[in-house]
Amino acid sequence: MSEEIRGNGHCETVVVDDEPTTGVAGSATEALCALAPIGMLTELTHRCPLQCSYCSNPLELERANKELSTETWCSVMSQAGEMGILQVHLSGGEPTARKDLEEIVSAASKAGLYSNLITAAVTLNRARLEDLAKRGLDHVQISFQDVDAENAERIGAYPGATQKKLDVAKWVTELGLPLTINAPIHRQNIHNVGRYIDLAVKLGAQRLEIAHVQYYGWALLNRAALIPTYDETLASIELVERERERLKGVLTIDMVVPDYYAKRPKPCMGGWGKGFMNITPAGKVLPCHAAETIPSLQFDNVQDRKLLDIWLNGQAFNAFRGTDWMKEPCRSCAFKDIDFGGCRCQAMAITADPRNTDPACALSPYHGEMVALARAEASKPAPAFVYRNPRNAAAATKPAEREPALADS
Amino acid sequence: MSGEIQSAGRLIVDRQTKPHLPTYLKLRNDPGRGRWVLLAPERVLTPDQTAVAVLKLCDGERTVEEIAETLAKEYSAPVAIIATDVLDLLQGLADKGYIKG
Repeated sequence: MSEEIRGNGHCETVVVDDEPTTGVAGSATEALCALAPIGMLTELTHRCPLQCSYCSNPLELERANKELSTETWCSVMSQAGEMGILQVHLSGGEPTARKDLEEIVSAASKAGLYSNLITAAVTLNRARLEDLAKRGLDHVQISFQDVDAENAERIGAYPGATQKKLDVAKWVTELGLPLTINAPIHRQNIHNVGRYIDLAVKLGAQRLEIAHVQYYGWALLNRAALIPTYDETLASIELVERERERLKGVLTIDMVVPDYYAKRPKPCMGGWGKGFMNITPAGKVLPCHAAETIPSLQFDNVQDRKLLDIWLNGQAFNAFRGTDWMKEPCRSCAFKDIDFGGCRCQAMAITADPRNTDPACALSPYHGEMVALARAEASKPAPAFVYRNPRNAAAATKPAEREPALADS
Repeated sequence: MSGEIQSAGRLIVDRQTKPHLPTYLKLRNDPGRGRWVLLAPERVLTPDQTAVAVLKLCDGERTVEEIAETLAKEYSAPVAIIATDVLDLLQGLADKGYIKG
């Protein structure tokens, strides 16, 4: 990413991704969050026709009757525009499951927000897409669970998904909207990274996200079924780097790499409470997708408090903002303003203390054991998926299942 | 450019190119942060004053040469230097898919 950010001196670029890992990556010298984040992820609903085992939603899925009203979502969009947020990701679950998506898109457009629809696309018809485009929708991102239809439909547990996605992708480009293909990568499709790139070019996409699965929530539960080997991971990264050069000016390939095999942690969300916020279907405002897994945090709701006030003064946003909260080895680390100690939720999940160094960091005392476990899982045959659905959610959120993986080590 | 891999479909910006921004890019003022931004799919570009001046002239009708001449007059600067700078800027943006010719 560094080359892109440097630009040629006249134009810097900042990534405003919806992925849990990149969030916002930008120049360290620029005050991105003077008063507001530049990106906002709105999880309009947790309802989804697909059941992917690596879903970034929390294990505890929000019920439909807890979802925010149309009026509240429209107010959120309007407040976001006023406070200086620049982009909104309309996501879920499946955002098109909301019958009022049209009104929410209109509100986002009116607020001056650049809107990204992040969809599985299996329930979207052409007339609706056309209407959304007319209302000011700026960009569509479609996930493909694999390039091989049979495998894709097994991973997403939705027969017939692939043809529907291909149809929608075609409509998106026909309507003149920019298209991103999202490719969630794991051990059961990592052999197809090259073919994903071919597919994105063939569909006329501007952008492809090679998003290696990150292991929180559902994906952590399914880690053994998902984590690729070190060699497979490395080969996929090298392939993407070669293809990026070949496809310069044709296709932008963004890559989210798995942090288990890195020496230093990712700068999760571009820093806590720095450039990104996430709103749940019920209106809770989170610093990241998985923040609800940290029990010491208190989350404000857009129904009770203004968005700007939550961003500036909310307990959850200030808990890990900056570097004052850090313990050793982060506190005295030369990279603390670069990677911000990595991911708080991963520290919580693996070490039971969100202030610990992310165990993806080689300086973490938990690093060796976590990586050894993952490597061992990757070398064994993949177990069956625990699909993301309400029944499995109920089973997975029983207290016994939530023990931190390495807390006692 | 020598030694560089050329991808099919890559726009090579030269002095006769008539650059324009694709419709999905939005050049907007960002008053809270006192700057201009170019909004793109999951990207925010922050062009400096020079880049904004160039982008505002990228209307699909003016050639790069004409853009450079206009700016050279406006800033009383040598057109050769401006032209090189404009080409460099636009090629960089074209390689990210943000300029079409």
